[in-house]
Amino acid sequence: MKFTLSWLKEHLDTDAGVEAISVALTSLGLEVEGIDDPAARLAPFTIAHVVSAERHPQADKLQVLSVDTGAGAPVQVVCGAPNARAGMKGVFGAPGTYVPGSDITLKVAAIRGVESRGMMCSMRELELSEEHDGIIALPDDAPVGARYVDWADLSDPVFDVAINPNRQDCMGVRGIARDLAAIGVGRLKPLAEAYRVAGFDVPRAGPGPDIRTDDPAGCPAFHACTVSGVTNGASHPWMQKKLKAIGQKPISALVDITNFVMFDLGRPLHVYDRAKLTGALVARKARAGEQVQALNGKTYAVDATMTVIADDVEVHDIGGIMGGMHSGCSAETTDVLIECAYFDPDSIARTGQKLLLTSDARSRFERGVDPAFLDDGLAVATHLVLALCGGSASDIARAGTAPVAARTVQFRPSRVAGLAGIDVAEDEQADILARLGFGVVRGDSWTITVPSWRRDVGVAGATERWDGEADIVEEIVRIHGLDRVPATPLPRREGVALPTATAAQKQERRLRRALAARGADEAITWSFLPPREADVFGGAAWTLANPISADLAAMRPSLLPGLLAAARRNADRGQPSVRLFELGQRYLADGEHATAALVLSGEARPRGWQTGSATTFDAYDAKAEALAALAVLGAPVDRLSVALPADRWWHPGRSGRLVLGKAVLADFGMVHPATLAAFDLKGPVAAFELYLDALPPRSRKRATFAPPVLQAVTRDFAFVIDDTTPADTLVRAVAQADKALISGVRLFDRFAGPAIGTGKVSLALEVTLQPTAATLTDADIEAVSAKVIAAAAKVGAVLRS
Amino acid sequence: MTDTDSLQADILGQITAAASPEALEAVRVAVMGKSGSVTALLKTLGGMSPDERQVQGPRLNGLREAVSAALAARKAALESAALDARLAAERQDMTLPVALPPQGSIHPVSQVMDELAEIFADLGFSVVAGPEIEDDWHNFTALNMPESHPARAMHDTFYVAEQPDGDRKLVLRTHTSNLQIRTMMTQAPPIRIIAPGRVYRSDSDATHTPMFHQIEGLVIDKGTTLANLRWTLETFIKAFFEVDDVTLRFRPSYFPFTEPSVEVDVGYSSKTNKPASGDAVDKWLEVLGSGMVHPRVIAACGLDPTVYQGFAFGCGIDRLAMLKYGMNDLRPFFDADLRWLRHHGFSAFDVPTLSGGVSA
Repeated sequence: MKFTLSWLKEHLDTDAGVEAISVALTSLGLEVEGIDDPAARLAPFTIAHVVSAERHPQADKLQVLSVDTGAGAPVQVVCGAPNARAGMKGVFGAPGTYVPGSDITLKVAAIRGVESRGMMCSMRELELSEEHDGIIALPDDAPVGARYVDWADLSDPVFDVAINPNRQDCMGVRGIARDLAAIGVGRLKPLAEAYRVAGFDVPRAGPGPDIRTDDPAGCPAFHACTVSGVTNGASHPWMQKKLKAIGQKPISALVDITNFVMFDLGRPLHVYDRAKLTGALVARKARAGEQVQALNGKTYAVDATMTVIADDVEVHDIGGIMGGMHSGCSAETTDVLIECAYFDPDSIARTGQKLLLTSDARSRFERGVDPAFLDDGLAVATHLVLALCGGSASDIARAGTAPVAARTVQFRPSRVAGLAGIDVAEDEQADILARLGFGVVRGDSWTITVPSWRRDVGVAGATERWDGEADIVEEIVRIHGLDRVPATPLPRREGVALPTATAAQKQERRLRRALAARGADEAITWSFLPPREADVFGGAAWTLANPISADLAAMRPSLLPGLLAAARRNADRGQPSVRLFELGQRYLADGEHATAALVLSGEARPRGWQTGSATTFDAYDAKAEALAALAVLGAPVDRLSVALPADRWWHPGRSGRLVLGKAVLADFGMVHPATLAAFDLKGPVAAFELYLDALPPRSRKRATFAPPVLQAVTRDFAFVIDDTTPADTLVRAVAQADKALISGVRLFDRFAGPAIGTGKVSLALEVTLQPTAATLTDADIEAVSAKVIAAAAKVGAVLRS
Repeated sequence: MTDTDSLQADILGQITAAASPEALEAVRVAVMGKSGSVTALLKTLGGMSPDERQVQGPRLNGLREAVSAALAARKAALESAALDARLAAERQDMTLPVALPPQGSIHPVSQVMDELAEIFADLGFSVVAGPEIEDDWHNFTALNMPESHPARAMHDTFYVAEQPDGDRKLVLRTHTSNLQIRTMMTQAPPIRIIAPGRVYRSDSDATHTPMFHQIEGLVIDKGTTLANLRWTLETFIKAFFEVDDVTLRFRPSYFPFTEPSVEVDVGYSSKTNKPASGDAVDKWLEVLGSGMVHPRVIAACGLDPTVYQGFAFGCGIDRLAMLKYGMNDLRPFFDADLRWLRHHGFSAFDVPTLSGGVSA
């Protein structure tokens, strides 16, 4: 919302300057986003008299002027303007002055060999218009030496204020003036005083126009009158100046009047050319198939949920949002109908959202305009039309009733301290409310009547005793000064603060720091993916109806695609080795699942003087990382089994699934080459995905422990076995051979070759024997060795001879 | 000089002259071996008269001890020299580079979330989490934003495409304020929680990304006021930015789910690039939206708004990270560029603690 200082002062009687008003606005919650002060920009430019003008000796198109600036002797200025002549008055910029329109700072300079000490300026150079055919020519009575901005009355700062969506009343200059008056920055002038009239009782003759509302829900009230015999030329310069100052383009007197009233009073209006209307003008729901070409030139298909204004023939207005081209006013317009209606805010909002159509009128109606200001709005508009366009007005026709029932709020003054924690004396509270226009009846509980323009305070049809009470507290604290609320400590529990993290949060923290400590970098990638990438991972269960782009439309079913894409970007940037992990949600059909994933691509180890060539990551790297991660999370890694991979994005022969009972804790291994190809990523790439919500709860119990008294011994065995038998089968079989004595089995060598036979492999196991009762004798060891060999034989393993 | 003395001098000379362990061993055998010269002399003691033995015994034993000691000393010296020579031959170039294990890093957002959790734990706030795909009721309606509310349009909401079986309207949560609702509906007051997490808005430029992180705070109790909010935010900002004092500016604002609503500006010094207080403040940063929880929100959660009241606040975590650790563009946060992660990320061992400080 923009307005100028002088415009504000039409409504507000104040001596306050820009700075004081700016501070007050911010403290009222009307955030000042910018103040543009032409006076500051143009302050150095002064009025000067051209004493003489001679031909430049070296250039036909230049003149050498002698300029009286009102300060000392005349100065010499080289000027290229064709209209520069002796005796004229113009606008002078001295050396050192910044010229905003051409973005230069003037210097003393020689132009084609003649010294020039300043510049005579054009309108464009001062950013006052696009005019650049010559220098500004001022009347003869313009005072030499005076500041041009003061003489031309340009010193009118423009405020740009952000209005919160609840404050429709401040979407007009008058509402802002009212708030400023309430906080003590001046006096709010009565409306007539602001318009410099005795009153708005314009002469009216003849019946009002034939209007109806057939949609009392969408358009509860429709007031209108006609004005005949108008002349729709350019609006008066004072109105043009105001509109231009806030960035609005003057169009014609009638259009400018509706815009002016909207920005001045927050009251949208619409003016129809009566010559284009046939029969009664009716507010009704649109009918199937109806269309309207709006004033923005676009055609909108309206539907039966939308309120429109139509005559016997066609739709003329998307009610409360935008008028139609057909019945808009033009230079030929002589008879007009002025509409001042009340539209239901919800209905306006829904229609606007559906049509994707925003307008200044919509933004006001959907926030709720003052329902008690229909006749006044119409009176102000009629007054302006008569004053600026002439003609004669009809009586006012009224259809329907606006929701004018005053809201009341029950309010206890003690709630200011109770809710806001600041003491405000009761008299001051009552005074603040009165200044904002609230009715106050004091008592044990105060009865507050909300002014019709404050649609944000209280609740229509309030059902609870407390409805609106907090709103009143806010109003009082807002005017008293929200920034004066003190800081009061929250009560603190006795003793040390208690732990607050949940088990899941602690697990995530441990895992995150463990993976980083093991050398991986934590990434955060988008929760949404290109659908084609989601499809590689089984497809998205959830997609967005309105993604920011098609590439961010599918909610990720896995963390791997985001990390693979990140790995590719890093590889493209020349990173030789990528270890990236992420913790976050997967979005599956049955809900969100906390997940961790790691991607390893590029070099596992760079080439080195000790180790030779670089190596790539393999599936065992992924397995090691997955097991390390699970160990940190407290999973019983020695009890996990490795199942076959289940998902097609893994290498079928080089991946596995870590399972505890029925719970799948993680998948790991090499990513399938076809998957890599879909991500344009060069392999090999190893990865794991770990399903945090499948993990058993971490146990904090610790069993009692005493180190064994007796020395453990180890024995090595080498077995030959089919190479299709998983090594784990043999290790488990051996571990089960004598549970009392065997405390550990470790596979430490694997060998295949002609000496072993095709399809066979030699596996060497180190078996740890931990006696508990007595030191082992040779006979004991012989006995357990026999059990080991027998157990191995059951899974098809033969002791290597 | 006796014969014995000259013999001893001669032997010691040979020992000293032995240049290698082998030469020394040859001397030892020649002198102390079975048929060695000293051994032979010692054997003569048996044939001597007691008087003669009384004289020769000590002398010959002295000879033997002196020779033994000299042999041992020479042996040690030779071994030491041999070791020195071997070690000298084993020299390696200690300036050669070694392979260090890769250095991982923690994302700044995670680090800041841990810092926030630590600070708010001391103030008695627990951390809660909840769904990112949220229904319309928890994200909007219960927060006093009915369907046609203009504020909904301001949220630039991502809508989830309709599910074949579902009649619930689903959105990507536009704030973590949905956790206000979920917490109030499941926990009895007093409530003190923070809710950090991913949130989504359909917006994209240097300071806006369609996904970002927000922290929501909520206190619900019987007498909690706006003044408690101010203290809480001051305390939090001071602890987070590690400054002794900070000036906050409270400005009236509007959020459908709070009343009164407060925009909080943090006083900032461009000289120190940190939050500041009093005269040191030369600009204001809009960092937080907050207010007293709207009675309708409290009622929507099944609590009695005449008994319970409290405050809520919300703040961008990414923005806090940018302010504290000096990043000026939000987009790289989600690009996973290793160069950025390694520069702006944190060591796994930088765990924020109250005793060690919450900043890394």
